[in-house]
Amino acid sequence: MDSLRRILALVMKEFVTILKDPKSRFVIIGPPIIQFFVFGYAATYDLENVRYAVFDESRSALSRELIAGVEGSGKFRLTGYLEDERQVAEFIDQEKARLVIHIGSDFEKQLQVSKPVLVQVIADGRNPNVALIALGYLGTIVQDYNKSLVERGLVQLSGPGLQLVERSWFNENLRSRWFIVSALGGLISMVVVMILTSLSVAREREFGTFDQLLVAPFTPGEILIGKSLPGIVFGLLDALIFAAGAVYWFAVPFRGTIAALVVSLLCFIVAIVGIGLLVSSLSMTMQQGLLGAFLFIMPAVTLSGLATPVENMPMWLQQADLLNPVRYIIVALRNIFLEGADLYMVWPYVWPLLIMSCVNLPLAAWMFRHRAV
Amino acid sequence: MTEVKNDTSQVVLSASAVCKEFPVQGKPAVKALDQVTLAAHKGAVTGLVGADGAGKTTLIRIAAGLLIPTAGKVTLLGLDSVEDSLEIQSRVGYMPQKFGLYQDLSVMENMNLYADLQGVAMGERKERYGRLLEMTDLARYTKRRAGALSGGMKQKLGLACALIKSPELLLLDEPTVGVDPVSRRELWKIVYELVEKDGIGVFVSTAYLDEAERCDHVLVLHQGKLMAEGAPEKFTATMKGRVCLVTPSQKISGRGLYTRLAGSRGVVDTTIRSGRVRAVLGAADPSVLHAVLGGLDAEVEVVEPHFEDAFMAMIPRGHDHVEVVSEVAPDNAPTHAAKSSDALVHTHDLGKMFGDFAAVKNLSFSVKRGEIFGLLGPNGAGKSTTFRMLCGLLPASSGEIQVAGHDLLKSRAQARARLGYMAQQFSLYGQLSVAENLSFFGKVYGLYGKKLKERIGWAYNEFSLGDWRDTSAFGLPGGYKQRLAMAAALLHEPDILFLDEPTSGVDPFARREFWLRINGFAEQGVTVVVTTHFMEEAEYCDRMLIMSQGETLAMGTPAEIRDLAKSPQNPRPTMDDAFICLAEGRVPVSQHGNGGE
Amino acid sequence: MRLFLMRLRGFLKKETLQIIRDPSSIALALVMPLALLFIFGYGVNLDAEYIPVAVVSSSSGTIERDLVSRFDLSSNFDVIRVADMREAEELMQKRQVDAIIQLQPDFSARLSGGSPNGRMQAPVQLILNGIDANRARLIEGYLRSIVRKWVESRQVQGEAAAGPLIAISQRIWFNEGAESRNFMVPGLITLIMTLIGILLTALVVAREWERGTMEAMLVTPLRRIDILLGKILPYYVLGMLGMGMSVMVAILVFDVPFRGSVTALLVLSSLFMLASLGFGLLLSAAIRIQFVAAQVSIVAGFLPAFFLSGLIFDIESTPLPIQIVSHIVPARYFITISHTLFMAGDIWEVLLPNGLVLAGMSLFFLTMAYKKISKRLEK
Repeated sequence: MDSLRRILALVMKEFVTILKDPKSRFVIIGPPIIQFFVFGYAATYDLENVRYAVFDESRSALSRELIAGVEGSGKFRLTGYLEDERQVAEFIDQEKARLVIHIGSDFEKQLQVSKPVLVQVIADGRNPNVALIALGYLGTIVQDYNKSLVERGLVQLSGPGLQLVERSWFNENLRSRWFIVSALGGLISMVVVMILTSLSVAREREFGTFDQLLVAPFTPGEILIGKSLPGIVFGLLDALIFAAGAVYWFAVPFRGTIAALVVSLLCFIVAIVGIGLLVSSLSMTMQQGLLGAFLFIMPAVTLSGLATPVENMPMWLQQADLLNPVRYIIVALRNIFLEGADLYMVWPYVWPLLIMSCVNLPLAAWMFRHRAV
Repeated sequence: MTEVKNDTSQVVLSASAVCKEFPVQGKPAVKALDQVTLAAHKGAVTGLVGADGAGKTTLIRIAAGLLIPTAGKVTLLGLDSVEDSLEIQSRVGYMPQKFGLYQDLSVMENMNLYADLQGVAMGERKERYGRLLEMTDLARYTKRRAGALSGGMKQKLGLACALIKSPELLLLDEPTVGVDPVSRRELWKIVYELVEKDGIGVFVSTAYLDEAERCDHVLVLHQGKLMAEGAPEKFTATMKGRVCLVTPSQKISGRGLYTRLAGSRGVVDTTIRSGRVRAVLGAADPSVLHAVLGGLDAEVEVVEPHFEDAFMAMIPRGHDHVEVVSEVAPDNAPTHAAKSSDALVHTHDLGKMFGDFAAVKNLSFSVKRGEIFGLLGPNGAGKSTTFRMLCGLLPASSGEIQVAGHDLLKSRAQARARLGYMAQQFSLYGQLSVAENLSFFGKVYGLYGKKLKERIGWAYNEFSLGDWRDTSAFGLPGGYKQRLAMAAALLHEPDILFLDEPTSGVDPFARREFWLRINGFAEQGVTVVVTTHFMEEAEYCDRMLIMSQGETLAMGTPAEIRDLAKSPQNPRPTMDDAFICLAEGRVPVSQHGNGGE
Repeated sequence: MRLFLMRLRGFLKKETLQIIRDPSSIALALVMPLALLFIFGYGVNLDAEYIPVAVVSSSSGTIERDLVSRFDLSSNFDVIRVADMREAEELMQKRQVDAIIQLQPDFSARLSGGSPNGRMQAPVQLILNGIDANRARLIEGYLRSIVRKWVESRQVQGEAAAGPLIAISQRIWFNEGAESRNFMVPGLITLIMTLIGILLTALVVAREWERGTMEAMLVTPLRRIDILLGKILPYYVLGMLGMGMSVMVAILVFDVPFRGSVTALLVLSSLFMLASLGFGLLLSAAIRIQFVAAQVSIVAGFLPAFFLSGLIFDIESTPLPIQIVSHIVPARYFITISHTLFMAGDIWEVLLPNGLVLAGMSLFFLTMAYKKISKRLEK
């Protein structure tokens, strides 16, 4: 009973400290929401307005039709008609265009006799990702144009052709915003929780109040619970708000169960609280706490699979990444949102988080008393 | 000195009608200085004294060109402090309260830096360094990093850096805070040497009132206004016949006497000095004392006044001047200060190593119930380390500790419930209000419901905190922070009170108030362990232990310690004298357990 | 002048000694960049290799076998052969494969047999897991290019009559293999320099305020320009060292080509470094608490450099307001510069305008910082 009262007093105190100071109140509400929207909009691999130029030596009806098809896709923006081969280099070098489509002078002639013809596309490889995606778009446009040529009977197909028929599951239009935004909330709430908890013990150490807690009849477990709860509550709240924002603002489908969402987020936040408190209990000053949080956040986010797939990393890094809690929640969130995962299906991503919590939280509690100078 | 003063060409610093206001959000600006007019002269030490927040630092910072006065004008060496700050900065030495030594740089590198910044020619350096190093006695440590110097050496190095270009005027802002008596004496020696040999002017602020007596001219600041000025003798002259020493008798202990006198009408100030109670009277009429002391056989002797007496009598006390200590005795504590033989706090051969560095060596002592036990020593002596080990905040490297029968580091949490702890720096939750802080600490120690309310009410009364209950702890004035910290430590009526440097950085008024309270709690049976670097505060302890560099220098009652320094030349030595004797090794280090077990 | 040089020398010596003796600034300036470079260099990779795909092919004709072996040989795919669609779908559900390639049972018949009207086609069905849309597109692209090469080789051997009518012959300039590492690593160097410039200077000045050394500095005859130069020069050197080191690692460890000139890199990165340092100093002149300085420099300096510089996400594809905001981020300009220098060479038409913007920014930040540096305690 006494123990419960002490914990309650500590939890109340933690909440009051966080909510009373306008600066820390802002830290848990303001930046996360701004980040969610800015990154929600900025973080997309879908290209729009790709600048391109055309060097059309054929100047025929068919070549114009092909270019019209490119223009009509809505993904490209024409920045110039080239007159001269030398201009190709100029446009690419000086970044006036990211792609130059070069249509040869025999384009129409070849097509009319049903002979295959090559269209040369020069891409700026300085941003290879953009180059590859834009080339992919072009490939689809050309394929569609081929089909329409045959269907309209303008061109005779001499033999059977190969046709690529594709279909995507879960995200039919391959919108990368769904992919990013469904997991973004987990990431941002992690940053909030990390900053809150990594500073919580360090701040008390710096102001000397932690000694007061250690001298008081608290057990380390009680301090741990008191210090964890605010982080868990605010982190979960943030994460759930972001989940709602993803569904209602960014129109990401929610196909899984609420229970799976809440349970996996909760386990994730607890694991992060454990790490934050561990960092905090190891630091003597807020600066060290913040640096520690930063040292964790940077690689954890980079290697989380949010922006680039974990599978693309070298094997040793993938194995090291098994210790990264963020990677689990990202997969879990995507499965819940887009694949309709239920509790049973996210379990493989939840149990590693539980193990992390079970290691980090007691370790942090032990550090409270043993890291002292 | 008076003949010098009339000669205006000798004025090195003058302020005329200087005002300084600091804007406060949403409130009227705080007036740190209000119409201050003063002058300091060449070849003299001008002292600036006043309580915390009197405006001492603000005035010095304005003189150094760091702040711009709201109104009025400060002139140094004939130059305006605002217009000609660059010129002033190359001719004036300034040593801020927290001197800007680069901890990662060695003594020599720090000196080189300031020599470069001040543009001291290469040719002159060798001679200058030689003199400064000799003066500060730092020649042996030129390669040592500033961060590894002791507090006193750091201050001396700071002074050396401020003096690197033989300034014409030296501004010192509380140069001796937290410095042990030996180093303090040395710092003053350096200052006098400069004044006498180089004839420079020194403008120094200090919180140590005994130092004011060493100045040629003293300025008293109070709440931003200049209250009085003159030679220290002028101040003490007015106190003739108003200072008495009362010797305790069989019928009343020193502490009892002190408590009784402190609350009496006509007594302005009471302190314990060399085992006797020093009372400053409102008027030169010792008969008021007889009224209080009637029938106690206490001997009253009229003595020479000090500057401190004049200062205490001059500054008006606030309405919140501490009343007699609470009647409400903690009900769990024995009401009689029964000095039973059971040791509540006990250490044996306690040691603490930080790497190779022994912070505390072979420390043994025990504290009995109801005792006030003092751990004394300069900064860096190992007091705080010992203290943290006692409280279970730091594991000991060797030896044993028992507090109320437990080793707090290992014992169950409940063992700490009977403990009150007040940390060195203010360490309550700054953002929380007074009421929230008290309620939090009450609940932490298992108080709730009616009992909690009752105790918080007691704290409001006892520490006059009622009016501040909704103020955030950071927003409290210094003295009230102290009270709040103490109230929080006492809320659960602890048996043992641990106080770490409770009076560090606190002005003389708050210090007196504080000791009066501690005295009262000890009378009620609370055991108090307290650390301090103010030697004179040792007088309030029942027993004490003097530490230096991790070692025990002496242990015993204040009288026993003072006796160590007794000599024909000095029949009534002070605690400072005793410390200096001990530190200089003129007294064989006492055997442990002498006054302990 | 002599006094000025003496003051400056003293100040610089002090900063240098402090940097050398304080492990935290060394760590911040040299160790962290390297660690980040390795984490990002290996961790951020948009090229996919050995993507598990299920291939459903019920007939075992030579044509099918030939095509499937092409998938097998490609380092992009890791082929798992399954007998029927149901099994493949199960694998996909369990996320053991990222895509299913299905060949109809009459695939070879359709392909070789031809048809009377000449319009018959042999479909290759591709089913993708669209959760990671980017990856899905990559898989599609890889598949497309494998199929195209296969058809071309059949044409050469005369086994197939015709391929697609219009085919794209693509050439990616500057980065033939379209390796994302060539793109990421120079970009990371920009991030690292931002970090050193802003975080380090902001922290270092705030630390002087906190430790009280600033007050002692202010009462010496130091002029504002001394303080500005004294704070900028050491960290400029440190930042350039960090950059040089990162460039070496980029070229030697990550095999990123460097096609520009060292002089151009030196000049332009100096401009960027000065802009970052100026921004850091400006922050530090206003903020005297390390904790706040660190937070502000991360939020106002590092995060925008990360998200709005065009390194991770393409700026031109974002909504207009975000594009506008990105124009005040210095890193955006330097990222363009470093990509051009590393992959393309000294193309002054690109380098010059971006360099001029950086020069303007550094001038602006440094003047602002100079104005903000005060020799008084009050702001």
